[in-house]
Amino acid sequence: MENRILKIEDFSAGYGNLTILKNINLEISKNKITAIMGPSGCGKTTLIRCINRMHELKKDAFHYGKIYLENENIFNMNPVILRRKVGMVFQKPNPFPHMSIYENVLAGYLINGIKLKKAEKDIIVEETLKKVALWDEVKDKLYLRGTYLSGGQQQRLCIARTLALKPEILLLDEPTSSLDPKSTFEIERLLEKLKENLTIIIVTHNISQASRISDYVAFLYLGELVEFGKSEKVFTSPTNKKTEEYLSGKFG
Amino acid sequence: MINTEKVYKKIIGIGGVIIIGLLLSIFITLFLNSLPTIKKFGFKFLINKTWDPVFENFGALPFIIGTILTSIISLIISVPFSLSLSLFIGEYYRDTFISKVFETFIEIIAVIPSVIFGLWGLFYLAPIIRSLQLKFSLPPTGVSIFTASLILSIMIIPYATSIGKEVIKLVPIDLKEAAFSFGATRYEVVKKIIFPYARSGIFAGFLLSFGRAIGETMAVTMVIGNSNFLTFNILKSGNTIASIIANEFTEAVETLHLTSLIELGLILFLITFIINFFAHFFVIKRKIIEI
Amino acid sequence: MKIFKDRIFKFLIIIFTIISILPLFFIFFIILKKGLSVINLNFLLSLPKPPGETGGGILNAIVGTFLLIFIASLISIPLGIFLGIFLYEYKKRKIGEICYIFIDVLQGIPSIVIGIVAYIWIVKKMGHFSAFSGGFALFLILLPIVIKSTKETLDMIPFDLIETSLSLGITYPRTILKVVLPCGMSGMMSGILVGIGRISGETAPLLFTAFGSPFLNLNILKPISSLPHLIFTYTMSPYDDWHRQAWGCALLLIMIILSLNIISKIIVKKWKIEF
Repeated sequence: MENRILKIEDFSAGYGNLTILKNINLEISKNKITAIMGPSGCGKTTLIRCINRMHELKKDAFHYGKIYLENENIFNMNPVILRRKVGMVFQKPNPFPHMSIYENVLAGYLINGIKLKKAEKDIIVEETLKKVALWDEVKDKLYLRGTYLSGGQQQRLCIARTLALKPEILLLDEPTSSLDPKSTFEIERLLEKLKENLTIIIVTHNISQASRISDYVAFLYLGELVEFGKSEKVFTSPTNKKTEEYLSGKFG
Repeated sequence: MINTEKVYKKIIGIGGVIIIGLLLSIFITLFLNSLPTIKKFGFKFLINKTWDPVFENFGALPFIIGTILTSIISLIISVPFSLSLSLFIGEYYRDTFISKVFETFIEIIAVIPSVIFGLWGLFYLAPIIRSLQLKFSLPPTGVSIFTASLILSIMIIPYATSIGKEVIKLVPIDLKEAAFSFGATRYEVVKKIIFPYARSGIFAGFLLSFGRAIGETMAVTMVIGNSNFLTFNILKSGNTIASIIANEFTEAVETLHLTSLIELGLILFLITFIINFFAHFFVIKRKIIEI
Repeated sequence: MKIFKDRIFKFLIIIFTIISILPLFFIFFIILKKGLSVINLNFLLSLPKPPGETGGGILNAIVGTFLLIFIASLISIPLGIFLGIFLYEYKKRKIGEICYIFIDVLQGIPSIVIGIVAYIWIVKKMGHFSAFSGGFALFLILLPIVIKSTKETLDMIPFDLIETSLSLGITYPRTILKVVLPCGMSGMMSGILVGIGRISGETAPLLFTAFGSPFLNLNILKPISSLPHLIFTYTMSPYDDWHRQAWGCALLLIMIILSLNIISKIIVKKWKIEF
């Protein structure tokens, strides 16, 4: 396998006495987009929440097995450091409501008390907002609250906020499910551009979205990884019967 | 770095020590400072009806009776009024202009400090009571246990109403609609649906009002007449636990006088402690929001 | 018969409502009328005349009230926010639940008893009445209000916001201090302002702590007057002119409290943060 960045090994997770993920083995390639698909409740969100250790924040959460980020087991890392390397964007756009657009981009630095010079800040904000194609739209209103933007713009701002920390991996949890088709399209285009320097793992409900943007697809069913492979192959000739049924819209 | 969260939780946890420590030290302070009285009079303090600073004979009975009389009478007077107001605002004329006006107005009255009610009571309520006292051939002072009770009831009404109207508004509409669809009248809906549903909340409201009436000081002190003799005649002057403390605390020079007043404070503390504790459970257990 | 009962009941409710609203209107009207006839610039800006003489003002009490509020807020607000965060963080544990009840109990303690405690802790130790002891008594009354308002505001902050912050590699304490607290600021502020309104009308605990003084005083170690305390002493005095002035004080005090309440409502509306 070419250039592996993340390796998930014999991994299980859940809450209390409910096991959601069962013995997952998965390898993620660098600078590719990997889509994680499956019917609701199959554990796709839990899986990506485990990759930056957000899962353990929930009550009674547990996990077994290992996840390696470039050969280092993430569960031996400081979660704070890990989360800067593995950023996450959520389903609902959620810029910090008390901060301006400018501050939102820098939130990871500002709130953590990392001192930056004004010039450095300006550079980070401009670069990052350009990366998410938001610069031209907001460059004159950087001091407005982030919540004044439209839903699609807010989501791009949230992506910018994560990118500003220069993560190695970007996790996206159904990032377009609350957006209109045009904003969705813009975000998809953005992701394809971003993968040049970034590994992207995206959870999506939307089969056509996965087929449009992903290089690899993992299909989860009832907490198990039933199919994983290059997108062209999975979408055209799935080996697993469940995958085939799902892709043809028999359930979901 | 990895421990920041634990360190933070530990530091924040000091808050628990502070809260428990604060309440405990208030209790201990009151207890220790009333020890001379507790040692000298023991439980007799509660049933002794004499309060005589000159001969250092102290009993709390006149003030306990005074407190019970004023708070219970004021509660009895205020109940029909605050219930009617709650039903008026929360059910019969819910969300109408007039209810909005009343609600705002009640909010305004609720923030008026006790001392201002005392001022009003002394100059506007006392003259009315004076004529009443004349009829019963009592000294026409205008100040009496009844005057204090009336002022208290006026002060309680906005408080009890603000809780009552909220719990009445919380009664699910579909329950009421179901009853109406069976041909029930509004009166029956109030009696069979609203009251049973909102009962515990309304009760908690009255319990809290009662607690407030017991501890209320200024207005009562100003219109009760400050007499230290035991009486059950509500048109005569009296004193409550709170009003005797307000009246005599700065004048108490003898140790035993001061410690007796502090023990009265301790009694007041314990009574309101128990009331608030129970009101808390009433509200929590029935999952009704406290206002 | 059924309809008749219904009619009677409704009639009773309307009658009782009117009877209970009337005295409230009357009280308000009297304070407004009597107060307005007293309040003028001279009344607000001069010091009291010796007992029995007419004229003079209430500047000492106005200054005193603000000084007392200042002392009380200075201690209660930081401590109360800290303890509010404690209740928020420990709400799922026994200790947090117990402390929450304790705060309710603390709030329910009659203010006169708080006055006794402040007297024993401060006045007795220092040997004399002082503005500080009065401020301390008011602090004990304001504290539970600040704590509850902080805790209840924090409870309404969605967990998503905390998660988002953590996902950016922000540590948990910083998330609370720099994300959760600022987002709850308007709610907390409005609760605190209402609380300050409440303590500005407190009289009982000041009787034997701040004690009162006819002079203009800014020294927190000396006795000090306040609006509610002045209303009390003036009302209980035998002088007609002081009675008249008491109404002016009453109106001024109500206006201060009402403006604090109105500001708090505006803060909630204007600064409201949408999630």
